[in-house]
Amino acid sequence: MSNSFLNNLGLEFNDEQAMLLESAQQFCADIRSSGVVRDCLLAEQPYPGEVWQQMVELGWSGVSIAEEFGGSGLGIGSLVPVLEACGKVMLSSPLASTALAAHLLTRCGSKQQKKSYLPRLASGEAACLALLDNHDWGAEEIVTQLIKADDQWRLHGSKPLVMDAPLARLLFVLAQHNGEARFVILERSQLDDGQFAPDTLIDQTKRSASLEFTGTDVSTAQIISHSELAGVLQELHLLGALFTAAEATGSAAFTLDTTVEYLKTRKQFGRLIGSFQALKHPVVDILNDLNHCRSLLYHAATLCNQQSLNNDAEVACRMAKALASDTLVNAADRAVQFHGAMGFTYECDAQLAIRRAQWSQAMFGDAAHHRKRLAALLLDARHEA
Amino acid sequence: MTTADTETRELQEFRREVADWLAANKPEDPGFLLPQSFMEVGSEQVLDFLREWQYKLWSAGYLGMAWPREYGGGGRPAVYQTIADAEMRKARVPICFNTIGLGWAGPLIIDIGSEEEKARYLKGILSAEDIWCQGFSEPDHGSDLGSAQTRAVRDGDDYLVNGTKIWTTLGNFAKYMILLARTDPNAERRYDGLSYFLAPMTVPGIETRPIQKITGEYGFTETFFTDARIPAACRMGEEGQGWKIAMRTLQYERGAEAGAAGGIAIIPISTQDLLAMAADQQRDGQPVLQDPSSRDQLVQLMIEEKAIRLSDARADIPALCTDYPFSLPLSNKLRTSEWSRRMRQYAVSLQGNAGSRYVGDARAIEGGFWQRAYLNNFSVTIGGGTSQIQANIVGEHILGLPKS
Ligand SMILES: Cc1cc2nc3c(=O)[nH]c(=O)nc-3n(C[C@H](O)[C@H](O)[C@H](O)COP(=O)(O)OP(=O)(O)OC[C@H]3O[C@@H](n4cnc5c(N)ncnc54)[C@H](O)[C@@H]3O)c2cc1C
Repeated sequence: MSNSFLNNLGLEFNDEQAMLLESAQQFCADIRSSGVVRDCLLAEQPYPGEVWQQMVELGWSGVSIAEEFGGSGLGIGSLVPVLEACGKVMLSSPLASTALAAHLLTRCGSKQQKKSYLPRLASGEAACLALLDNHDWGAEEIVTQLIKADDQWRLHGSKPLVMDAPLARLLFVLAQHNGEARFVILERSQLDDGQFAPDTLIDQTKRSASLEFTGTDVSTAQIISHSELAGVLQELHLLGALFTAAEATGSAAFTLDTTVEYLKTRKQFGRLIGSFQALKHPVVDILNDLNHCRSLLYHAATLCNQQSLNNDAEVACRMAKALASDTLVNAADRAVQFHGAMGFTYECDAQLAIRRAQWSQAMFGDAAHHRKRLAALLLDARHEA
Repeated sequence: MTTADTETRELQEFRREVADWLAANKPEDPGFLLPQSFMEVGSEQVLDFLREWQYKLWSAGYLGMAWPREYGGGGRPAVYQTIADAEMRKARVPICFNTIGLGWAGPLIIDIGSEEEKARYLKGILSAEDIWCQGFSEPDHGSDLGSAQTRAVRDGDDYLVNGTKIWTTLGNFAKYMILLARTDPNAERRYDGLSYFLAPMTVPGIETRPIQKITGEYGFTETFFTDARIPAACRMGEEGQGWKIAMRTLQYERGAEAGAAGGIAIIPISTQDLLAMAADQQRDGQPVLQDPSSRDQLVQLMIEEKAIRLSDARADIPALCTDYPFSLPLSNKLRTSEWSRRMRQYAVSLQGNAGSRYVGDARAIEGGFWQRAYLNNFSVTIGGGTSQIQANIVGEHILGLPKS
């Protein structure tokens, strides 16, 4: 019987990561006071473009990309505190998607593909991953096909809700060829407007699009094919869950702060409403949840900085996402309620939180999805071992 | 080779040494029920057994390892005791029951006590010769400890103490009590009227009446003071400083302040124990571990357990505690005791009909261990400050919310 997962309490934080975190917190503090997040909610353009440029200048787009390709070669887990800081000011960007694409290239790209694409990602060309063929993060079958006919590779299929597609210059499309997983690297210019339908999302800080690929021609150089691709696909799902958890944890902190602030200023019955235990105790519960989210998160980040993701890292990522989803959903739900009718307004920041929570729980699998897989990892392994 | 390597090797060797000693010296099953915590010592028989065990552990050098040598301690870095404690848990040896001395009064005396107090009390705490109890709670004042009414009136070189304390763990065995009593009923702030004593339990005028607990045994007492003469020399600090010292005591009790002598005060129970028990249980004719709803419940408990353990580890890394930096120990204490309660109740529910049996029934699963463990768990969600009071503290001191 193995319980190594319980005893693995790995938590590391080196000087480089500390510096990264500090600059992220500074940057995000400026973002908060600038009001740029609110300005962009209903704007046509995807994300505050100049903000992404600033993030690139800070080196974030290349954090996990090797130095020879223009990055700084830190572990991919180093992005976790950065994404948490962004989540804490509700700032969205293509950072996570771009990092996932870089991870895919690093692990499975050919020499030539690494050389052509990684420097572009490091220098701030945004990327997106088109993974799902439907709305089910648990589906294993890949529907979109990569077909070869008359000596020409061609895509056949469509992908809904491709996160960050509106800003992406490069699209990494998951498809199958004769039942085997492939990724296709598309330039944005290869899709015409008819193939590209922007989505209207509940979280208005986010941008995504639903894409139609049928008939898109692909050259051999654009195809990622690797014996370990299936395993790396699993890694992308886990890292995606981890990044979403990082952002959700930050957003839960944003939500908590928003609620606490109101509880300290709003008066009813001649008292500050924060003195009512019916409000105070649930808010303390949220803080306690948040503390647990952070612990799981930094642990998962530590394990993901190792070369390939082992069993313990998988357990850690799934736990981090399961708890962060539940925590944010609850924190945001209570934030609206504890603001009274003010919480029902568009002006109140609780709306940012509750909308983020619905988006975030779905992304890369909700809590129940991850707990189900954890059950297999934690309960069934006992019998086999 | 760096020093860190040498140290690690030294510690590894020490770990092995403790493990070997424990394997060779772990007491045989005495044939009667041993307590799951220091709050469950209800008979002389149990007391004698645990006293002998603690003495043996201390004589071997595995208790009070970081306490000063001149007072019976080992004078070594705290990490040795941490390792010894971990090995004790692993070997599942009996508890060290003199917790109120080892964990609370002892560190308090080391930190703020006089030379004389250190010389008089510390060694007896470690050897288990002197058992300690705590006289804070009163029948009418529990959570509202600051309103405690037990009176201490100065009379020459003594104080005359009158009043009633209650829920006194180990009260009928203790030689000393950390006592909170009111020396000035007219103080402007009620907190300022309190004083703190390292009081002998052996003077005339102190009587204890055992109280039967929810679990069935008699682990605590009601303690009556009738003109009990406590020497003024036993007062710790000045008159009126009792509240401050009592709050400091609670810091040790709640684990927010280090310095405990070591040993296991409460048997730890993990989800691994729960899984071992659940592996033999059935639901709908299937092993419980294959039942989807049970699986989800178990995983939720395991996620929380992992988060609790990681949070303990994270509290030692300041760079990872930048938000609400002081919240982690408080918030985790609250979580740990509440998680543990839910986990244990769930364990009883997993037993199906067998969950209705209790300690004493030969057919009870694991001798009724989980039923007893569940009931016992309320000692940590009530004793030492209830979960609700803890939540108030976190809300007010950490989040800055207004007082209730
Ligand atoms: C096993 C055990 C061992 C103990 N050992 C000792 C000992 O050795 N020495 C000692 O001095 N004491 C001891 N205690 C007593 C313990 O410290 C008290 O029980 C505790 O402080 C609570 O006080 P109370 O029991 O009077 O409950 P009360 O204070 O009467 O509380 C009753 C209920 O009201 C809630 N409540 C009270 N005030 C508030 C508030 N402001 N906001 C919200 N909810 C509130 C409480 O959470 C609780 O649910 C022990 C208790 C137990 C269970």
